[in-house]
Amino acid sequence: MTTWRIAFLLALVLILAGLAVTLVANTGSTILLATTTSARDSGLLDVLLPEFSRDAGIGVRFVAVGTGLALDTARRGDADVVLVHAPAAELEFMSDHGLCRSRVMRNQYIVVGPATDPAGIRGLTNATVAFTRILSARATFISRGDNSGTHSMEKTIWSWVGYQPRAATDPWYREAGQGMGATLEIASQLGGYTLTDDGTFLVRRPSLSLEIDVTNDPPLQNVYSVIPVSPARHPGVNAPGALAFAKWIVGARGQGIIGNYTVGSERPFHPEGLDGC
Amino acid sequence: MALDAELLQIVGLSFLVAGTSTLIGSVIGIPLGAMIALKEFRGRDFVRTLAFTFYGFPPVLAGLLVFLLLSKEGPLGSLEWLFTPIGMVVAQVLIVTPIVTGITASAVMSVEKRLHETALALGADGRQWRATALHEARVGLLTAVMLGFGRAISEVGAVLIVGGNIRGYTRVLTTAIVLETSQAHYVEATVFGVVLFAVSFVVFAVLQRVQGRAFL
Repeated sequence: MTTWRIAFLLALVLILAGLAVTLVANTGSTILLATTTSARDSGLLDVLLPEFSRDAGIGVRFVAVGTGLALDTARRGDADVVLVHAPAAELEFMSDHGLCRSRVMRNQYIVVGPATDPAGIRGLTNATVAFTRILSARATFISRGDNSGTHSMEKTIWSWVGYQPRAATDPWYREAGQGMGATLEIASQLGGYTLTDDGTFLVRRPSLSLEIDVTNDPPLQNVYSVIPVSPARHPGVNAPGALAFAKWIVGARGQGIIGNYTVGSERPFHPEGLDGC
Repeated sequence: MALDAELLQIVGLSFLVAGTSTLIGSVIGIPLGAMIALKEFRGRDFVRTLAFTFYGFPPVLAGLLVFLLLSKEGPLGSLEWLFTPIGMVVAQVLIVTPIVTGITASAVMSVEKRLHETALALGADGRQWRATALHEARVGLLTAVMLGFGRAISEVGAVLIVGGNIRGYTRVLTTAIVLETSQAHYVEATVFGVVLFAVSFVVFAVLQRVQGRAFL
């Protein structure tokens, strides 16, 4: 049975080595932030979160998913604080799971599409008109289809058009079911239109064959808010840490970093901090 | 991205999670598989079929079940294992154990028939011939362990849902590949893939040497 002993020792050594490497990365007080793929894919969090940790001495771990799932993660008590962008869903969340809600920053949604522009929407400043033309041209449209903040904005625009496309009956309408970056890639490959936040688009633009078609439509504001999870509803959360993060991100330090964050030569986020906590 | 501390940490965690899962899965699966092969009991065929069915168990479904189990709202929420490496191990044990069990059962069964009569004829008691059967099947048992580890290290669905792909904490090679791909960082994604392949190759080469010695 020496072979077994060797195999077992080998496994043990591997595991201990892994454990050693992992433990080095462990820190003291941490908060878990549930946020959206757009905040991650724009690269902002990689700049913002280490600064907060340095200032406050609190580590931040984040999971980046769609706004719908981010809020649900918090609703289950599995996250301490959320940074999301879907006002209607946020208000519903606030009714029994949120401690307080602060406006953090803003960017805008834009409509992007292939250079050929089959629906003829380039240069429009009204997304509803653009969506109506996409519908009548039956031009390929890639929806996030993942219940994210961007997805709910898209559904809102379709409701202004007065038609809700369904992937089952509208072959030109496809649901990616993935994050913003992956959806942009699909739109680029399939030559389709899609709705995106301009931050993620600016970051991803060099690798995409997509052009900006519709921009500066006033209703297409994309406002991000921070909400610490209510410790009354979920006693297990790190409420002081979450509140410290919510205060910091709307304060001078957080807002300064957001305002100075650049991608290429563009500033994808406008700081609009308004402390509601 | 060079061969930096973060990459080492990701590789380390990948092997910690997959290795621990395989170890636990083997400790459960090998005795269970041997029992299925050697003991006559009612419903034995059913248990075997069940083990084989679980080969096709989608890791992402295992991830969902463990997520619901470990979530604060779930029955084991108070353990606070969601979005931790421990939670990832729990999910992967669910995936690895049926594989080890099923292949162990097959390996032991393949030697059991020809061995049974010989061993009894030579005067072995029940315990002795069972030990002999396990010993004779040792090459197959190592294959079971290797396949279990291969499944665990290459799996992405369960560790993504239960671990959350948190940077520096629950990010493993496969979830790093998903993330880099979703951000169009194809070079980085490929590097992670090559690292995953290379390190797996080393592990399997060593295990195969062990298996080669087992042939003696």
